[in-house]
Amino acid sequence: MFNYTLKRLAIAVPTLLLLVILSFLLMHSAPGGPFTSERPLPAQVLANIQAKYGLDDPLWKQLANYVWGVVVHFDFGPSFQYKDQSVNDIIAHGFPVTLTYGSIAFLVAVVFGTSLGVVAAIYKNSFIDYFAVGITIGAQVLPNFVMAPLLVWLFTLTLGWLPGGGWNGGQWQYLIMPVIALSTSYMASIARITRSSMLEVLNTNYIRTAQAKGLPARTIILRHALKPALLPMISYLGPAFVGMITGSVVIDMYFSTGGIGVAFVNSALNRDYAVMMGVTILVGALTIIFSLLADLLYAWVDPKIRY
Amino acid sequence: MIVANRDKIQKLAENLADMDDIKGRSLWTDARKRFLKNKAATASVVALLLIVLISFIGPFFAVWTNQQIDWDILGSAAELGAPNFVNGHYFGVDDSGRDLFSRVLQGTRISLMVGVIGAGIAVIVGTLYGATAGYVGGRTDQIMMRIVDILMSIPYMFVIILLLVVFGKSISMLFVGIGLLSWLDMSRIVRGQTLSLKNKEFVEAAQATGVSDFKIITRHIIPNLLGIVAVYATLLVPAMILTESFISFLGLGVQEPQTSWGALINQGAGTIQYGTEWQLLIPLMFFVVTLFSFFFIGDGLRDALDPKDR
Repeated sequence: MFNYTLKRLAIAVPTLLLLVILSFLLMHSAPGGPFTSERPLPAQVLANIQAKYGLDDPLWKQLANYVWGVVVHFDFGPSFQYKDQSVNDIIAHGFPVTLTYGSIAFLVAVVFGTSLGVVAAIYKNSFIDYFAVGITIGAQVLPNFVMAPLLVWLFTLTLGWLPGGGWNGGQWQYLIMPVIALSTSYMASIARITRSSMLEVLNTNYIRTAQAKGLPARTIILRHALKPALLPMISYLGPAFVGMITGSVVIDMYFSTGGIGVAFVNSALNRDYAVMMGVTILVGALTIIFSLLADLLYAWVDPKIRY
Repeated sequence: MIVANRDKIQKLAENLADMDDIKGRSLWTDARKRFLKNKAATASVVALLLIVLISFIGPFFAVWTNQQIDWDILGSAAELGAPNFVNGHYFGVDDSGRDLFSRVLQGTRISLMVGVIGAGIAVIVGTLYGATAGYVGGRTDQIMMRIVDILMSIPYMFVIILLLVVFGKSISMLFVGIGLLSWLDMSRIVRGQTLSLKNKEFVEAAQATGVSDFKIITRHIIPNLLGIVAVYATLLVPAMILTESFISFLGLGVQEPQTSWGALINQGAGTIQYGTEWQLLIPLMFFVVTLFSFFFIGDGLRDALDPKDR
């Protein structure tokens, strides 16, 4: 287990470094610098600005400075568009918001998805099962950017129950639609995975033994079947979490919730490379950490897996 | 019942009459039969063909082109712009007074093209890469798969957007971005299959007779992988369409005057508060029906080609 953790870290760290270097080089190969504008700046002004941001250093030095800043100080440098803000400020401003609705959506997806899957498997071929399967199929074609406008159409414009956007300090009315839009498709995937693994478990010999010795159905499901049935879901948690962070881009744009997604898209539209890189690296780090955690959790829960 | 039986007997008689015409059933004939039995999958093929047909033939029936602005309606899209057969706006107009029928058809063509070409790139690269890694094995395999591991933990949506912004927002750049990162799953699946294939007798026979490695991969391994590749290719197409739509929804993908489902959904979503639901619902309907079709076809293919499920 310890060795396995070390081995995974040995891959995770270079991957992250690679991501930092790649996005830096990508940014650098972009035609036009961050201060190229339609009205050309006087040469002396441009030179001063570039000196201020260290853009006149040789490439390797800029790269080394950037990597050093990111790795050692968690400092992503200054924003090129908002002169008074650093990338860290922008991320610190938006990330708590994203994390709030993201983690709620994640919990909703996991709790409802597994319950739906388990119940569907227990009552196989019943009305409940068909309902659950119907939802999981339907939700495949309803990604967050489709759910969001449909929800607004239903709850805000037709029914008038919920505010159509905004954050307002995370009041619950403002959270409902982002959470639903973000979690639906992941809930469906988790339900599908859980259902099929639960069906598999319910067909095993030890469950039949438990039934034969007359244990109540509740005990069989809760004590014997649930844990092995939930295992396959764990390895899906990493990608699901990443998907939610990615989806936050759409949520922030459509609901004006003000998370990091909106910072990312605005920086993409304004060519504010520093912010784009900062967000990309942050999400990359989260991706790597989360899939590492999910794998470790999997290895810890499932005694059959030995590395 | 009796009629059915009579039909059967007649068929049997016909078969007996020209006995020498009966051929052996190949894997693919069997698969086709099983696929056609799956009603959802067959209906999906029909639906998909219809959408493709409409998107290519539709423009001949369009009264307005996709860039023409109907000045009579512009500015009062909510009152006058609804779908209407009299003035030729079969799907209504969008917010800038352009004909939605032409725009949806154009978006359909572009989204389908991105889906199919993106999946095609992923299939070719992923199959070759995975088959090579699996067949060669050893250290090469380890290194190749480690590279896949590393690429997989990169947040690909963000990297594609980064690429698009740095090198200009265009469809070809979108292809590069999607193609760069979409073959990873495919290569893993193919590698796993190759590992189990490479110890089979027919591969051994080929090796014994001195066939080159490259030829073994292309002539013996890959044809045997086609079933599983076909299944995942059908599931990759909707995945590519989803990626493209996501990026275009954010306004970072396909640019005006071209359009795609994601861009159309975004525009429709931005204007629903003015009571122009059709601007959202019509592109959405095309999007949903197509994705459904691909998923059902993929499921049908998997059931048809998966020998475990006989």
